[in-house]
Amino acid sequence: MVPQNQSSIEQSAPAQTSANGPLIEVKNVTKLFGPVVALTDVSMTVNAREVHCLLGDNGAGKSTLIKTLSGVYQPSAGEIRLEGQPVLLSSPRDALDRGVATVFQDLAMIPLLSITRNFFMGREPAKRKGPFAFIDMKHADTVTREEMKKIGIDIRDPQQAVGTLSGGERQCVAIARAVYFGAKVLILDEPTSALGVAQTSMVLKYVRQVRARGLGVIFITHNVRHAYAVGDRFTILNRGRTLGTFAKSDVTLDGLQTMMAGDKELQDLAELEGTI
Amino acid sequence: MTTSDQAAQSEKILQKARDERLKSQNRWRKFLQHPEFGALAGAVLVFIFFGFTAGGSGMFAADGILNWTTVSAQLIVIACAAALLMVGGEFDLSVGSMIGFAGMMIAIPMVYFGWSALASTLFAFAGALAVGFLNGWITVRTKLPSFIVTLASLYILRGLTIALSIVFSNRTIVSGVKEAAGDSIIPALFAGIAFRPLFVWFSDVGIVDKLADGSPAVQGIPAIILWAIGLAAIAHIVLTRTRVGNWIFASGGDANAARNVGVPVSRVKISLFMFTAFCATVYATSQIFEFGSASSDRGLLKEFEAIIAAVIGGCLLTGGYGSIVGACFGALIFGVVQMGILFTGVPNDWFRVFLGAMLLTAVLFNNMIRRRVTGER
Repeated sequence: MVPQNQSSIEQSAPAQTSANGPLIEVKNVTKLFGPVVALTDVSMTVNAREVHCLLGDNGAGKSTLIKTLSGVYQPSAGEIRLEGQPVLLSSPRDALDRGVATVFQDLAMIPLLSITRNFFMGREPAKRKGPFAFIDMKHADTVTREEMKKIGIDIRDPQQAVGTLSGGERQCVAIARAVYFGAKVLILDEPTSALGVAQTSMVLKYVRQVRARGLGVIFITHNVRHAYAVGDRFTILNRGRTLGTFAKSDVTLDGLQTMMAGDKELQDLAELEGTI
Repeated sequence: MTTSDQAAQSEKILQKARDERLKSQNRWRKFLQHPEFGALAGAVLVFIFFGFTAGGSGMFAADGILNWTTVSAQLIVIACAAALLMVGGEFDLSVGSMIGFAGMMIAIPMVYFGWSALASTLFAFAGALAVGFLNGWITVRTKLPSFIVTLASLYILRGLTIALSIVFSNRTIVSGVKEAAGDSIIPALFAGIAFRPLFVWFSDVGIVDKLADGSPAVQGIPAIILWAIGLAAIAHIVLTRTRVGNWIFASGGDANAARNVGVPVSRVKISLFMFTAFCATVYATSQIFEFGSASSDRGLLKEFEAIIAAVIGGCLLTGGYGSIVGACFGALIFGVVQMGILFTGVPNDWFRVFLGAMLLTAVLFNNMIRRRVTGER
């Protein structure tokens, strides 16, 4: 990952980082909701084997941007390119089929359903018996157990309800599901926001593993520490605009914090005499 | 440290943590967590209770058994549909009215337009499926609670049933269905009695009592029992073993999450409403050809009985969890208690008291089970 610095607005030229260009490119995307301008002229790129952190305070436009990337919203102007091809992502399922998987913060899992049923939701493996098709539950259980074992979570019984897992484990199941079904770009929406220290490190470790497998990861957070722990590049959003994209070598934790907070809030931070 | 080293290490740590933290789950505990456990336990209790109090009254002789099995089977037909729909996250309060309306859709064309039994039955099923589709479509499109949408259809259908009955027959009953049916196969299919020769043999060898005229006390298995078994088996297999079943769980559990991974939530829900209407029509057809008439108050309050059976059977009112086997046990409890109270000679009013208490117990029990399943405290 060659560090790519400087402001993102002129970033429209494909990044020279990987042999076959960026996995996903956001080019001058603007999103309007009636009179409300949620995103203005946002551009960013994500390469394979890269964790690209999207930082921003509340209301900066992070959610709108990832919902646009995951097919929930369509951009009002600008375009999204997947592996160089301009695409219109009409729905989350459409995005999923093109290899862009999003793990939404709260909507990823159904707690009452078993881990296996959650893992294969919408893509159940079928086994034909005469004119009827049944779920191949044995195969599904085996795959689920193996995929979870790969990331260091030992499930005794894949038929146990997801509700019995911890928050971090649930995030990991959701990520493992996306990876197993062939995602190229993984969008993680605040995956660590409700987690304790140990669980956060479990999820962050797994994010690194996913990167090592060659995926591009977009990691949305407002926790600069979590971002700095796994990120290769950082794009900062403020009031619907990008303040720039920075490689890890070009920026410090404090620097990111400062940019994210903006000038005015910085004074408040100074008054608090510490880091947040 | 490389990533794989890290993974191996984290696996070790996690495994260790799991081993000391996870209490071993034996088979019994796992069995307790099944949604149908409560209904099964309830059914056993009810049988023990009536075994003692009504043991000598003929409740457990062949004709007594047939009596409460038939009542339970009628309820199973609509309860398994209600249970599927509830797992899918919706209610249908129009089941009872649908039964009355479907009855009229069969009886009026046969008696007043001279349609054949086959034609009018097909017409009734088509009409019912259309109503079911409409219930589902309105619910899905408007995102209103299905409770409200089907409450409206409850009134519309019941009103239509009474109004049409009065327009055609000037009464609230349309009779003469048996005569109009002639020798059609439809009455036999819905209200016939199967395995007659077997039961003659049973009475010859003394398993079943003989009546004074030499015929067996139980002539055979009523068709509705076979319908109940068939529909329940199909519903159970679809729910637990097919993709559609997983979609039903997902739609009821979290429609948004399900949609995000590509589950056709709207189609699933609309189909479930149509299945409910289908089952209500099976019930109605069986009643029409058994009694030979369509009455406009038929099916009154059946929607609640179906929902009660499903809830006793472990379905959560919030959707996403439940079982067909449980709903069948719920219906069985219902039938056994309703008939058992008659056999013991206790005034029938007590049945409702019991039913209400049973419902409350079941809901409390289900909540406990759910907390256990999801690990909430």
